[in-house]
Amino acid sequence: MIGLAHYLIFASLLFGIGMFGVLSKRNAIAVLMSVELMLNAVNINFVAIEKFVTPGTGLGHTIALFVIVVAAAEVAVGLALIISIYRHKKSVNLNDFNLLKW
Amino acid sequence: MNHMPILSLTLFIPVIGAIIIMALPKDQEKAIKYISALSTFISLALSLLVFITYDRSTGGMQFIESIPWIKDLGVSYALGVDGISMPLLLLTNLIGFSAVYASWNIRERVKEFFTLLLILITGVMGTFVATDLFIFFMFYEVVVIPIYLLVIMWGSTKRVTKEYAGMKLTIYLLIGSAFLLVGLIALFVTAQGMLGYPTMDITKLAGVDFPVGFQIFVYALMAFGFGTLLSMFPFHAWSPDGYAGAPTAVSMIHAGVLKKIGGYGLIRIGLFILPAGAKFIAPIIAVLAIGNVVYAAFICLSQKDLKYIVGYSSVSHMGYVLIGIAALNVISINGAVMMMFAHGVMAALFFSMIGNLYEKSHTRNVNDFGGLAHQMPRLAVGFMLAGLASLGLPGTVNFIGEFTIFVGAFSVFKVVAIIAITGIILTAVYILRTMADLLYGPRKEQWDHLQDLKGPEMIPLIVLGTAILVGGIFPSLVMDPISSGVSGLLAQIGTIQMGGIF
Amino acid sequence: MILQNILQNAWLIPFLPFLTFALIGLFMHRWPKLSAALSIAMIAVSFVLSVMVALVVFGNAEGVVYETATRWLSMPGLRVDMGLLIDPLTAVMLLVVTLVALLVQIYSLGYMHGDPGLASYYAYQSIFAGSMLGLVVANNFGQIFVFWELVGLCSYLLIGFWFGRNSAKEAAKKAFITNRVGDFGFLLGILFLQVIFGTLNFSELAAAIPAYANSGILIGISILLFFGPVGKSAQFPLHVWLPDAMEGPTPVSALIHAATMVAAGVYLIARAMFIFNTSAPTMTLIATIGGFTALFAASIALVQNDIKRILAYSTLSQLGYMVMAMGIGAMTAGMFHLMTHAFFKSLLFLGAGSVIHALHDEQDIWKMGNLSKKMPVTTWTFVIGALALSGIPPLSGFWSKDEILLGAFAGGHIGLYILGTLVAFMTAFYMFRLIFVAFFGKNTAGEHAHESPAVMTVPLIILAVISVLAGFVGSPLMNNAFAHYVTFAGAVHHEANLTVMAVSAVIALAGIYLAYLVYQKQVIDHAALKIRFRGLYNLLYHKYYIDECYAWLIKHFIDGSAKILEWFDLYVINGAVNAIAAVTGRSGYALRYTENGQVQSYALYMFAGIVVLLVSALCAVFSALA
Repeated sequence: MIGLAHYLIFASLLFGIGMFGVLSKRNAIAVLMSVELMLNAVNINFVAIEKFVTPGTGLGHTIALFVIVVAAAEVAVGLALIISIYRHKKSVNLNDFNLLKW
Repeated sequence: MNHMPILSLTLFIPVIGAIIIMALPKDQEKAIKYISALSTFISLALSLLVFITYDRSTGGMQFIESIPWIKDLGVSYALGVDGISMPLLLLTNLIGFSAVYASWNIRERVKEFFTLLLILITGVMGTFVATDLFIFFMFYEVVVIPIYLLVIMWGSTKRVTKEYAGMKLTIYLLIGSAFLLVGLIALFVTAQGMLGYPTMDITKLAGVDFPVGFQIFVYALMAFGFGTLLSMFPFHAWSPDGYAGAPTAVSMIHAGVLKKIGGYGLIRIGLFILPAGAKFIAPIIAVLAIGNVVYAAFICLSQKDLKYIVGYSSVSHMGYVLIGIAALNVISINGAVMMMFAHGVMAALFFSMIGNLYEKSHTRNVNDFGGLAHQMPRLAVGFMLAGLASLGLPGTVNFIGEFTIFVGAFSVFKVVAIIAITGIILTAVYILRTMADLLYGPRKEQWDHLQDLKGPEMIPLIVLGTAILVGGIFPSLVMDPISSGVSGLLAQIGTIQMGGIF
Repeated sequence: MILQNILQNAWLIPFLPFLTFALIGLFMHRWPKLSAALSIAMIAVSFVLSVMVALVVFGNAEGVVYETATRWLSMPGLRVDMGLLIDPLTAVMLLVVTLVALLVQIYSLGYMHGDPGLASYYAYQSIFAGSMLGLVVANNFGQIFVFWELVGLCSYLLIGFWFGRNSAKEAAKKAFITNRVGDFGFLLGILFLQVIFGTLNFSELAAAIPAYANSGILIGISILLFFGPVGKSAQFPLHVWLPDAMEGPTPVSALIHAATMVAAGVYLIARAMFIFNTSAPTMTLIATIGGFTALFAASIALVQNDIKRILAYSTLSQLGYMVMAMGIGAMTAGMFHLMTHAFFKSLLFLGAGSVIHALHDEQDIWKMGNLSKKMPVTTWTFVIGALALSGIPPLSGFWSKDEILLGAFAGGHIGLYILGTLVAFMTAFYMFRLIFVAFFGKNTAGEHAHESPAVMTVPLIILAVISVLAGFVGSPLMNNAFAHYVTFAGAVHHEANLTVMAVSAVIALAGIYLAYLVYQKQVIDHAALKIRFRGLYNLLYHKYYIDECYAWLIKHFIDGSAKILEWFDLYVINGAVNAIAAVTGRSGYALRYTENGQVQSYALYMFAGIVVLLVSALCAVFSALA
């Protein structure tokens, strides 16, 4: 029987993979995708906890839907930024983007 | 009885002047100077009026104004003067007025200079008339910014650059105020816990019977904060460099009155609110004060730059004030307040004379001069007057301060007082050496082109010189209110707090 | 009656000169002649008032004591009055000070004629006289200290009057600073009195002190108080300023040496005798220092060549006499000598001034000579002064010196008596060395000299007459009238002793005769003596090298420590301050490398932070559960 623990472990793994991607990938697109992975891990948590802990309230579903909307908006803005940086620098490698350096 | 908010007027007329100046076009230099002079003159006249109409028979806080401001913090815009703050208010205005005239020959960025100067004067005045801790602190912070700008923009670079001097001055002021702020918040929070309602009123806070350990902790913070401001050894390093870098008017105001906020705060806030703490820390202050008096006097002996001489000498004189505060009796604290007044006029006169000389000769090194009394007799009079006041000659107001402090301190700390009194010899040595090298001796041809004081340049000499002599010849004029103020303060401590520590 | 009202109005005596100073300083410095006239007129009024005061005081058989005071500075626990205490001691001092000041001011009209600083000269003269008079009438130590310091200031101004000269500038500074050293002790003594007795008033202190048990403290206080006179009256070891003080105009020297400055110290001892008297060790100390100074200064005077320097050391020596008299309890004799000395010493200085004036600022006695032909009035008044100083009967110096010697002799201080007699011999010798060389010598340098104008010679003549006559008021011939009034704790008077008188007269004559032999007849070759006793001569000529020692000490100790402390301040205290600033700056500089601009590293820090927070929160939860 698949219980809450399985969902949580799965979500943690997904979150860990996403976090690894965010920290290690040099390609801005890949980083953005990794962020999506992390968001999805959170969504799984929300839905799973709704199901097992507070069934019938709909709270987890609602928040998950919110997160999906926000993620979509974020991807839109993020891609727009990346494109504009690409136009400027001809690169999507994050190592080239250290404008905030000291 | 008095419906005119005379203290607020005194306080804000320079601000009004500053606003008018800001509205004027840049090139109206004459108008700018006249407005500055006029607004400081009105303030001076009003503070003289306060000084004269203050009811000496009743004493206590008078000319009280109070408007609730921030209810949740118990802050109200509360002003008032008593015998302690009144001479210092007068002093501020005497020096403020003279400082405008001492800056009469400023040529660059006149508008900004006088705006900042007037704000500075208001800030200093505010600390002396505030009876609310919050307002006191606010005015104290108002002072810092103009000082910094004035030094780095109109200062002069000799041994240290003016930027260094300005930074040093400002950072020291801010460190002092940071410690003060911690103490202040601690006071406020604890008092709120004990009283059950928030208040920043100094008198109400003084009525709270803080635990002794807490008093010692907070007074230590204040001794550090105010002590730094009063250039207590070994936190005096800002003072000589700062004065040397600052333009004349800032040196005058800083050495003359701003420094005195430290001593005033120690008495009005430290001693009044935290008597047990004051009693505990006093011996430490007394010992450090020897450092001020003797150590700084020795350093004066080897200085060649006139501003450094006066800078270190003011550190030395502040030692007397500290000893007076540390001795914790009516006589010594009277003396300390008197000494603050006396040193204020003296140092301001000294700096205005130095500024005038520097402006004309572009050097401040004593060894470059000699025999100036031939070419500039009036300047020589100014220097001699300041010098003689500095070495505490009877007939000048400084003697009254020193003598009273000695009497008061001698009954408490014999050894400290004796060591401190050796300061009168050292002071005589360095002052007379400086005067002799500067003013006397054969005429030097190279200075024949220097013009003696004339016109507006005479104002600082006349105003401050009169203050020195009148205070010295009729000391009761100043001492009676001081004494009533200090006695009142100590009496309140005696009744409210643990009876009989004094 | 007007004479009775005079006591109430005696405050005018010091006030008028102060008023003069203010008027000249504020309004009249553009008109030197007018300033001089005003100054002289005012001091003359003061003199007349002093005479009237003296008439009142001495008109009464017991002497009058009048005291009044006005509040000057007061607060709970401290009160300093400006008071007026008139008793016979004050009356004598008032007379002496105003008379000498008046004559000196008149004389200065001639001496300072044409000086560009004439107005300020008279302003200073006025405040000098005023300060001294204020000191004399003081009824408490606070007031005395105030005027004491002002007297010091005036001497500073007047010694440095010709401020264009480096020597004058140095001398003025030296005078002030040396006096400050003395004042330091004096101030401490005053503070002790205030703290212990709670008052500074003389009569209250005099009432309180006998009841005070702790004699150790009293000894301490009295020694501290004695510091003041040591400085002001130029006693060893603070005597160094007085000989240099002759850098001022000569009439100023006359004033300082006779009436105003140095007299203050002796006067203070007399005034505060009620304290000194309680402490035998202090009295011994006072007598010893006085006696030593008398001998020490006389020995230096033997070999000096500058006419004013000889007179200066003679003043030191005579002051030593007075202080010694105070120390052996002969307060009356000391004050008597102070009075007679004021007259003949001012006479001598003014005479010297007349000579210097005539010779265009020549002060070396070997470059004078044969002045008696050209300047008869100056010469003979000077000789009278010298005779009085040497103690030749019946001139004033004889009577007063005799009183002191008698006091020492009868009081059992035989050592001091012998010392005093020896000094009397030396005094006669060096004074007449000066006279024979300068006024009667064969040197012709004085040929072009001419007698000074009447405005200068008339004061000389007046002072000469007084120098002759002043002694009689205290002589046995007039029943020791002086001693009747000016006493401490009942007249301690010793019957006139003819042996003492005869010895002192003979020894003085012997001194004069020796000087005559050496310098006039030249029976003994003084140049040969000089070479024979070269070491001793140099020691004396260089004033025992005391100035050099002080200069060395100041240079190495005071200035040395100043240099060391300056270094300390610059490199240790400022160094520490700058080091703190530097550490702050450096650490900021180092830490900024963490800001590499890489978004991913920022994100890493963020996650790391969250992990740390989570772990610590979990730990907290588990430990709470456990």
